[in-house]
Amino acid sequence: MAGLTLDLIGLQLFAGVALGAVYVLLAIGLSLIFGMLTVVNFAHGAFYMLGAYVGLWLMAHGGNFWLCLVLVPLVVGGIGLAVERVLIRPLYGRGIDYPLLLTFGLSYIIVELVRITFGKAGFPFDTPEVLQGAVDIGVGFFPLYRLFVIAATAVILFGLWLFLERTSFGLIIRAGARDPLIVRVLGVNVSKVWLIVFGMGTAIAAFAGLLAAPLQGVIPEMGGTILAEAFVVTVVGGMGSLLGAVLAGILVGVVVSMTSLFAPEMAKVAIFALMALVLLIRPQGFFGRAGLMS
Amino acid sequence: MTSKTPRSTTLNRRSLIAGGAAIAAAPFSFHTARAQEPTIKIGFPVPLTGPYGAEAQDQVRAAEVAIAEFNAGGGLGGRKAELLVRDDKLNPGEAATRALELIENDKANFIVGSLSAAVQLAINNVTKQRGVIFNSISQSDAINEVADFSKYTFHEALTPHLTAGAVGRYAFSKFGKKVAFLTADYAYGHEMVRGFQEAGKGMGVEVLGDIRHPIGATDFSTLLPRLQSMKPDILVINNFGRDQQIALKQATDFGLKKTTKIVVPIMLFTGRQSAGLAAFDGVVGGTSYYWGIEDQLPSAKSFNDQFRKMHGGRVPSDYGAMGYAGVRTVLQAVKNAGTVDTDKVITALEGLKYDYYKGPQYFRKCDHQSVQSVMIIECKTKDMRNEADVFQVVANEAPNEANLRSCEALGHKA
Repeated sequence: MAGLTLDLIGLQLFAGVALGAVYVLLAIGLSLIFGMLTVVNFAHGAFYMLGAYVGLWLMAHGGNFWLCLVLVPLVVGGIGLAVERVLIRPLYGRGIDYPLLLTFGLSYIIVELVRITFGKAGFPFDTPEVLQGAVDIGVGFFPLYRLFVIAATAVILFGLWLFLERTSFGLIIRAGARDPLIVRVLGVNVSKVWLIVFGMGTAIAAFAGLLAAPLQGVIPEMGGTILAEAFVVTVVGGMGSLLGAVLAGILVGVVVSMTSLFAPEMAKVAIFALMALVLLIRPQGFFGRAGLMS
Repeated sequence: MTSKTPRSTTLNRRSLIAGGAAIAAAPFSFHTARAQEPTIKIGFPVPLTGPYGAEAQDQVRAAEVAIAEFNAGGGLGGRKAELLVRDDKLNPGEAATRALELIENDKANFIVGSLSAAVQLAINNVTKQRGVIFNSISQSDAINEVADFSKYTFHEALTPHLTAGAVGRYAFSKFGKKVAFLTADYAYGHEMVRGFQEAGKGMGVEVLGDIRHPIGATDFSTLLPRLQSMKPDILVINNFGRDQQIALKQATDFGLKKTTKIVVPIMLFTGRQSAGLAAFDGVVGGTSYYWGIEDQLPSAKSFNDQFRKMHGGRVPSDYGAMGYAGVRTVLQAVKNAGTVDTDKVITALEGLKYDYYKGPQYFRKCDHQSVQSVMIIECKTKDMRNEADVFQVVANEAPNEANLRSCEALGHKA
């Protein structure tokens, strides 16, 4: 192919990682919630969208982007806490499809409420001034904001890792994921752990939505497509595995990006082809435990 | 599903009923017409949800102006018109179903609408079979071709051939001959590319590449580096609605404007208003209408004023204005024909010479294409009079059949 240079491949890689960063953030919340609660959260895309809209609302009411980065996860995480406490908790122990159907319905309700409140048309979302424009990254010019998305994702991941590996609450979460019954026998209040995990997952989804807003603007349906892709990421990485979600997220981003370079029309299909391939060779995904779904 | 009755019979029955109704109503029209006669129903399927939603909503606003105007003017001897808006969700199947419902259940007399080169063909298919007039208000080349055309088909909007031709002739002579395309992968994009290529023939234009993206795309970051590496003089972005806003914003973010002139076949007023100056700055595009021409054109002024009055001071967009013209042409033809009878309205439409908002227009006989002007616009960066004063018209290609594809090329005999 003419004009195919190393610089171009380098740029394409960066574009793929930036794309993957948003997948990682969504998938990690999905994986966290599934790993602990065995809830397949179909409302995750709606929380992602909600993050963007809450950001939009805060910006319109005098907030700035940096404040939003803190407030949006708190607000939407709070909504997530309420959803777990009121809607999902009564369904524990009733089989995996109950919360699945509930969150599926919930996602429709949230999207419709946003349409009613903000309208169907969608809004643009300005890139914060200091992050506008492109910078030379050695292989060519790359948008500064996309570099910021990669960095912000790295910070969130590092924070999450510290929290899970270095705090006693993180220890309980890890133990709860492995065997909730024993943890309960040991006198730990598992329902509180699950509440917090669900809140954290939705907060990270909202953060991802806010990060995505300056890239593509804000519409009520923005969570739909990306949720499907995030599910692919969790399946490829292994349901319930955080490390798997991170690696698979970046891999999916890079696969999309590289496919776009050679056959743009195949880019979306490539995601699902990758999933099919991984499932054929390793049905539980990269780091998943076999039999978690059964 | 459909009845086995031959089409001609259905038509005869339809016209018989319509004619009979007209005769029956005539003697009483002085005192009871208003109460007894059904309203003239115009079905208006447009993609209210989806990436073209903002434009579709403005089409509805403008169509309402045409309806209000008709009714304020006494309608058809007291018989009022009514707009039946339906959401086709930018989906051909959905649009065909809505069109069928409008005709069968709601008894719509006419269909005006659609906002997609692909979806309008689906609607046209239905109206063609049912023998109902359809006036399309979005771009398409195929709808004028003999395979899709029928005597019931009218096309108020521009065609990609005409639009891309006008923009291409302007841009290639000014900004360079090396061209790359970023194209929405459906009829609109394909037809635009063809239009630009045909305009470029004989101008020494070299096409470096054409990268396709799916409709409703939200990320172009994986396509832009490749386009950048082609080092084109001109990057033509052939997409619409939100896709256009996002593509322009991301191309700006990638710094493409530093080395390349970005050109779009249609530069959307709604998009510029929504996405802001930064994304659209420096971009050159075509349009069917910009409200700012009201200083020179009385018909534009009067349309804008009516729109402002009905819609809280806002001005109509390019595609909105086509919604107005699309409905007004049909209603004017009804008035001229003095009936809603399909064949008589067709004849009246064919004979229409009108200037409703953008200068003189008329429907070409062979393909019912509205012959009209194309404007070339750029973003204003200074001296804006108000928030809506975003473009300046840098060139205006007068209505000219020679710029359309010839009737022979479309497969018509005449």
